[in-house]
Amino acid sequence: MARKLLLAHIDVPGIHTFDVYRQNGGYRAVEKALRTMSPDEVVEEVKKSGLRGRGGAGFPTGMKWGFLAKPEGVPRYLVCNGDESEPGTFKDRFLMTHIPHALIEGMIVSSYALGANTSYIYIRGEMMPQIRIVEKAIAEAKAAGFLGKNILGTGYDLEIHVQPGGGAYICGEETALLESLEGERGNPRIKPPFPAVAGLYGCPTVVNNVESIAATVPIVNDGGEEYAKIGIERSTGTKLISASGNLVRPGVYEIEMGLPMEEFIYSDEYCGGIPNGKRLKAVVAGGSSVPILPTHLALKTANGEPRLMTYESLADGGFVTGTAMGSGGFIAFDEDQCIVRNTLNFTRFYHHESCGQCSPCREGTGWMEKVLHKIEYGYGDISDIDLLWDIQQKIDGHTICPLGDASAWPVASAIRHFRDEFEWHILHPEEAQTRNYGLVTEGVMSSE
Amino acid sequence: MLSVKENTTVEFSLTLLDKFAETVARYPEGRQKSALLPILHLVQAEYGWLSVDAMDKVAAYLDIRPIEVYEVASFYTMFFLQPKGKYVLEICRTGPCCLVGAERMMQHIEDKLGVKEGEVTADGLFSWRGVECLAACGYAPVLQIGPEYTFYENLTEEKVDQLVDELKQKAQTK
Repeated sequence: MARKLLLAHIDVPGIHTFDVYRQNGGYRAVEKALRTMSPDEVVEEVKKSGLRGRGGAGFPTGMKWGFLAKPEGVPRYLVCNGDESEPGTFKDRFLMTHIPHALIEGMIVSSYALGANTSYIYIRGEMMPQIRIVEKAIAEAKAAGFLGKNILGTGYDLEIHVQPGGGAYICGEETALLESLEGERGNPRIKPPFPAVAGLYGCPTVVNNVESIAATVPIVNDGGEEYAKIGIERSTGTKLISASGNLVRPGVYEIEMGLPMEEFIYSDEYCGGIPNGKRLKAVVAGGSSVPILPTHLALKTANGEPRLMTYESLADGGFVTGTAMGSGGFIAFDEDQCIVRNTLNFTRFYHHESCGQCSPCREGTGWMEKVLHKIEYGYGDISDIDLLWDIQQKIDGHTICPLGDASAWPVASAIRHFRDEFEWHILHPEEAQTRNYGLVTEGVMSSE
Repeated sequence: MLSVKENTTVEFSLTLLDKFAETVARYPEGRQKSALLPILHLVQAEYGWLSVDAMDKVAAYLDIRPIEVYEVASFYTMFFLQPKGKYVLEICRTGPCCLVGAERMMQHIEDKLGVKEGEVTADGLFSWRGVECLAACGYAPVLQIGPEYTFYENLTEEKVDQLVDELKQKAQTK
């Protein structure tokens, strides 16, 4: 069995309550950090752990913490990003629902390390039940003396507040999230200045994902070096994977970094394969934004090496034959799924969620949606494929925030790996309304 | 779009005003605008939607201009600027849910309720709409119902029928 750090006690009845969480070793990290370590020592352990941001970008958390400006007399903030909205991702919801104190404990340890006395947990508004759960967990921790004034008699003060979002994918982008937290529309800010220098209310701010913050608990308890022993290369520790789509057992799994993707999909310990005896057609390994891969490139890299669930292995081959870890939103497509229809769906999503600030994204996502709609419903022209390629290129890298890139990559990768299917859709418009193209195995159509 | 044809005049209750004050206390002095989203959620939970009058009163409470409330309320998809049914069924329509039947489920909801997306049933009880990824892809298809945003997972036609019937009964007994 793989080691579990975040979900080790997930099956203990009542683990969502303070008492049961505490009886199972909870809040030891707070005691250890506040009583025996300086804030800088906590930062040092997180650096040693090699923990990388679990929200999607994979930026080293310790390094992000190290950038935090510390001017005299100016408050510093920790803001937790719980705006989980990337299609295919639902691990933070799972963590907050079932083991909310792991997040609160991580918030206390992280806030202490950063010198923050007020911290916010921004949770997407649709997760009202989770907002209630987390608010209750905060109240329990406060009643037990782990929050408030002079925590554990150490002189450290901390208040944590929960902030609901309003239904906007863009607020998962850290500067849009800060705008939203300030009561504004979720329009991303131009960087620099980075939040580490001028974030919430213009003060130095760190924004971390729910899972990253929870991961600081085992890092403080066992030490950064212990954490770094799990995994391969620069992919250390464990990762929560949200598995969805055509799988026998979809759900949230904690894996050790380095697990082969084939094992994750087919072994009974994880997803248990594809239902109804169907074959796997494609995989989106890290949330809707990362490039989609056909099965042969998902299970093995272009060099024939087994594809591992690490930042490096998933990115092997760049965007030509590889993909990215992203948020760990793992979506499996069986042989009956239509790539054109799915690409249209994802593109409609990005068009809907574009904040509208940058014209390449605001207009480009809409154009891509229209062209894809035309192809899907049987009115496509063969030149539309190149047109789509052209539009996505003009969005990618040309916007303030990564939403533009995120809208371009699914389109680019779908055309790159499934061009035959797009062509078939366009050349057989009537047939495409009644059946799907089927499976592609290394460029060969197997359904015909 | 802001509703100009319909406008419900509201008078915030003392209970609601207490909740507003509790919310504003979470932020530093002078940063009360941070309370805007939480307060709009509270107002919508109370009245079912955000009328212009309600938004103007929120603006007055937070000492900001009305336009600052309108622009925020119209940006975020959770806020209703038109009256809706008592129960708004919001079903996820994004990729992973569609791989396992969300589109079929949306058609079924439309047939069951007999109204198109965004419309209100004649008895005023129901509206429905497709919404973007609700971060519950492993339990797809899913729908939610405000203001508590209760979740209904692994939807089937039977489960939808049962849910609608239960809500109808609940509304009658109240």
